[in-house]
Amino acid sequence: MYSDKVMDHFKNPRNVGEIENPDGVGEVGNPVCGDIMKIFISVNDNVITDAKFKTFGCGAAIASSSMATELVRGKTLEDAWEISNKAVAEALEGLPPIKMHCSVLAEEGIHKAINDYRKKQGLPEWEEKNPHSHEHEDSACEH
Amino acid sequence: MGERRTIYLDHAATTPVKPSVADAMWPYLNNHFGNPSSIYRIARESRNAIETARAQVAKALGAEPGEIYFTSGGSESDNWAIKGIAFANRKKGNHIITSAIEHHAILHTCQYLEREGFAVTYIPVDQYGLIDPADLERAITDTTILISIMYANNEIGTIEPVAELGAIARKHKIPFHTDAVQAIGNVPIDVRTQNIDLLSLSAHKFYGPKGCGALYIRKGVKIDNLIHGGGQENRRRAGTENIAAIVGMGKAIELATADIEWHNTHIRTLRDRLLNGILVTIPHARLNGHPEKRLPGNINISFEFIEGESMLLWLDDEGICASTGSACTSGSLEPSHVLLAIGLPHEIAHGSLRLTLGDANTEADVDFVLEVLPKVVSRLREMSPLYKGGKEENSNV
Repeated sequence: MYSDKVMDHFKNPRNVGEIENPDGVGEVGNPVCGDIMKIFISVNDNVITDAKFKTFGCGAAIASSSMATELVRGKTLEDAWEISNKAVAEALEGLPPIKMHCSVLAEEGIHKAINDYRKKQGLPEWEEKNPHSHEHEDSACEH
Repeated sequence: MGERRTIYLDHAATTPVKPSVADAMWPYLNNHFGNPSSIYRIARESRNAIETARAQVAKALGAEPGEIYFTSGGSESDNWAIKGIAFANRKKGNHIITSAIEHHAILHTCQYLEREGFAVTYIPVDQYGLIDPADLERAITDTTILISIMYANNEIGTIEPVAELGAIARKHKIPFHTDAVQAIGNVPIDVRTQNIDLLSLSAHKFYGPKGCGALYIRKGVKIDNLIHGGGQENRRRAGTENIAAIVGMGKAIELATADIEWHNTHIRTLRDRLLNGILVTIPHARLNGHPEKRLPGNINISFEFIEGESMLLWLDDEGICASTGSACTSGSLEPSHVLLAIGLPHEIAHGSLRLTLGDANTEADVDFVLEVLPKVVSRLREMSPLYKGGKEENSNV
């Protein structure tokens, strides 16, 4: 059911772990729904120099976390903010429809980590423009 | 490259057809193709083969051959029992009693009937998945026309007090159906002494072919037909018989019930070796279902801090076939209704693993799983934000 790329990122996840003294952290998801992602970023000169993750979830959730951290590394905060869940899913050569919410979670995790950094810097938080980005906060897990 | 090893531990999902069962089926896929409803000799051979199988199934249940009706499998048998009894008795009442942990073939059929104007009570279960007979007694009303409680649960393996539940139904003169799909070959069944009026079974769960099952209907029970058409199965279930599969089911049930004691001892010994091995080597693991009143081959364990599908993917990578109650494999986003019914929090239900052993499993299989599984669990825990690095390593939940 999963693409080779998903299986590769599931079995050999990139950037697993935590960053000590991270510049930004984003935790999204809900144990009730069966997935939680925690994204850590280091920022230097407005560029994400390092990104790591810890994820509780299915194969797609782990692969999406791995891919999302790969995609944001080396990007400016503005460019990283623009990485959509679709971009994560496409980079993984597709996700089954029922698993698309895992890529949404990854996008949301990156956004939260970026906003956490901005908040710490005393900067205004950027606004989520995707209407789907808060659905995972429902404990009902409806998508 | 060496041949990939497969360790099949999903016998509750389906079982392989035994070679002797396949051998028994073969003539009916070959020369003996006659339609049993026809009059000539080759048709009579088919007719006789079906009646032999009917007698084999009846004997395994302690029933009369005339009380066995062949169907396309467990789902059809469950649909027939529930809808057939409900529609035949709707003038008497509209109330059905079942349990919260039934298979979807029962639950979704009951939900359909609710939309058709029936009322359904779903009896809860305790933390082990057991139904309290007193709860059944309390749920019965003047309008109750059917009670359906599964013999043994497919996910957690809990065996229900069927004889006792059947006695309550009998006392109130209400037809009692049991979905025994998981029980055949694992638990001795006698429909007479266990007060069962209707019983569903499915051949592929006891080393027979897929697409074939039966419904036992006690003589005198009033039930509507589900499949309308020709006069097969004593005018109760239309459709030209799947002769080869029926013959295979007859052979398979004979083998499965010939020596339940030996089978149980063998499987249970292996199961307990695996279960104890897991509980000793992996912290934060808990057994779901009843410790003793459970199917001999069933293990259902929740591992904290991790999710079931990712476990299955890693096990599959090692050639181990297993199953989970996590939402992520069910096509919905809710974890198993059975695990929620026994009171597991969602996050623990998501981390469940079902291993169901069968006749061909060996000690070597068990040892291989015990070698692989702890690594899989710890690898996933390492990357879980819920896992705080083994501070509570020594306390089994």
